[in-house]
Amino acid sequence: MLYSDKVMNHFLNPRNVGVLADADGVGQVGNPVCGDMMTFYIKVKGDRLEDVKFQTFGCGAAIAVSSMVSEMAKGKTLDEAMKITNSLVAEELGGLPKNKLHCSNLGADALHAAIENFKARQKSAEKGASMVVDSHEHDEGCACPYCEGTLEEGEKEFCKACQIELEECPSCGGITKKGAEACIHCGKPLAG
Amino acid sequence: MRKAYFDHIAATHLHPEALRAMLPYLGDVYGNPQSLHSAGQQALAAVDAARSEVAGLIGAGSEEVYFTASGSEANNLAVKGLAQAYQAKGKHIVVSAIEHLSVLNPVKSLEKLGFSSTTVPVDGTGLIDPAEVEKAIRKDTILVSVMTANSEVGTVEPVAEIARVCRARNVLFHTDAVAAAGSISLNVRDLDVDALSLAGDQFYGPKGSAALFLKKGTRIVPLVEGGIQEGGRRAGTENVAAIVGLGKAAAIARAGMEAKAARAIPLRDLLIEELVCRVDHVVLTGHRTRRLPHHASFCIEFVEGEGMLLLLDMQGISASSGSACTSKALKVSHVLLAMGLDHALAQGSLVFSLIDGTGREDVEYLLDGFPPVIERLRKMSPLYTQYLKERNDALQR
Repeated sequence: MLYSDKVMNHFLNPRNVGVLADADGVGQVGNPVCGDMMTFYIKVKGDRLEDVKFQTFGCGAAIAVSSMVSEMAKGKTLDEAMKITNSLVAEELGGLPKNKLHCSNLGADALHAAIENFKARQKSAEKGASMVVDSHEHDEGCACPYCEGTLEEGEKEFCKACQIELEECPSCGGITKKGAEACIHCGKPLAG
Repeated sequence: MRKAYFDHIAATHLHPEALRAMLPYLGDVYGNPQSLHSAGQQALAAVDAARSEVAGLIGAGSEEVYFTASGSEANNLAVKGLAQAYQAKGKHIVVSAIEHLSVLNPVKSLEKLGFSSTTVPVDGTGLIDPAEVEKAIRKDTILVSVMTANSEVGTVEPVAEIARVCRARNVLFHTDAVAAAGSISLNVRDLDVDALSLAGDQFYGPKGSAALFLKKGTRIVPLVEGGIQEGGRRAGTENVAAIVGLGKAAAIARAGMEAKAARAIPLRDLLIEELVCRVDHVVLTGHRTRRLPHHASFCIEFVEGEGMLLLLDMQGISASSGSACTSKALKVSHVLLAMGLDHALAQGSLVFSLIDGTGREDVEYLLDGFPPVIERLRKMSPLYTQYLKERNDALQR
């Protein structure tokens, strides 16, 4: 089985799915490029999370993580909720497959983004301040297309392992070999 | 629970007759085909018979069939082996954007060794234009590799036309027929290809059984060096039982191909026509008619593949997806992106591939079980909520 019983339980019976139309804070992280996207809605009373709801586009792990985060956060104070970490969520779920651990990052991030949004709204004292969209963006070109090795931020023009120059394809945005006739991903000709 | 298997492209079951043919070679007949004694010669006779059956499936000569352990190995051998053997002539290779990774990654490896490549694009249905291949061929091009059919979207490529282009330009042509062989009629002479890969687990043979057809007189540098097995082109003691199973499966596939396709095509078409009716925002991927007889593939908007697979599996339905989350590497299918689908839509990829024995009742079971799965996931999807909101806003305006 790919997932633990607890993960499957939360995936099959997710708690707190939905939208809060009159939410006090909204947080959204991820994007469909990396596979997962989560939106958390919170309702705050005093300094406690009176209600938490979420929507998730993503795999089984992403849905289970969102469900678990919502359950863990509900009824907690804002400070307590900010202390919910990715590893705590994964632990509560009885572990996640290694290549799905990044999903647990998104869950806590989305909750925290909603709380930050609530605080920002309070500060500006204007209900309906713009939604905080977390900068947890996955860049498609974070790996060399030839050796799959990670390219560090600011080093996207050269893969040290392969010793080749790289560039971004103007058509599909993928990282491809510089000077090649066509993009390795979409096959569209590269300018220049 | 009822079971409905719709994952032909991952693996088919072993045909009972293939299993029966294999059993002696997992038991009493354990000789090495290279041995001179009668135990060895008995194994050799079985390997030779299987070679002739595999050759028969694709209209080749027995001496042109080389057994390998997987379709991936056959593709690696073709791309790397032919490139190395002909590099004195040139160092340029042409592939399509939707080739299997066992073709694309060897090309990447060759690039590190000083070869260069051109990737030919596909249209929105996954079809490759032979004219694009012709445009990509240069003076120093030595090899073109374009698949016969794509396993993710089912599109069958114009291989004969592409082969004609290659022949006219005196360039070798390899086709990865792993998804197609055993399901559609292929004749290497009519197609006029120089090399062709096939795998037994795609037509009811055992896993670990595959072959590369290499036209007589074509040079190749082996990947595995050592003994003189497979004419010196692939060293290592033969996997006799797997080879025997492949031979049997090839014979069965050849004899029943037309009848099987005649059964599968109406079911495939029923699935395609009905699925897009029963759930909104579902698109067919791949070509509507130029596709494998057992293949129906879709993208379902606003939902992600893995969730669909897990919920379908709860109902005993096995399918596959090209979404990022379902791949261990967490990358969305390069095939769908090359066809111009955006990331969000490609994440909703779902492939249903029929096997022998899939009946109308299985298709009905799938069609009934499918809509609730999508409804359930869309209720959770922020993308769907966003879509509904935008639609409402537009209606009010």
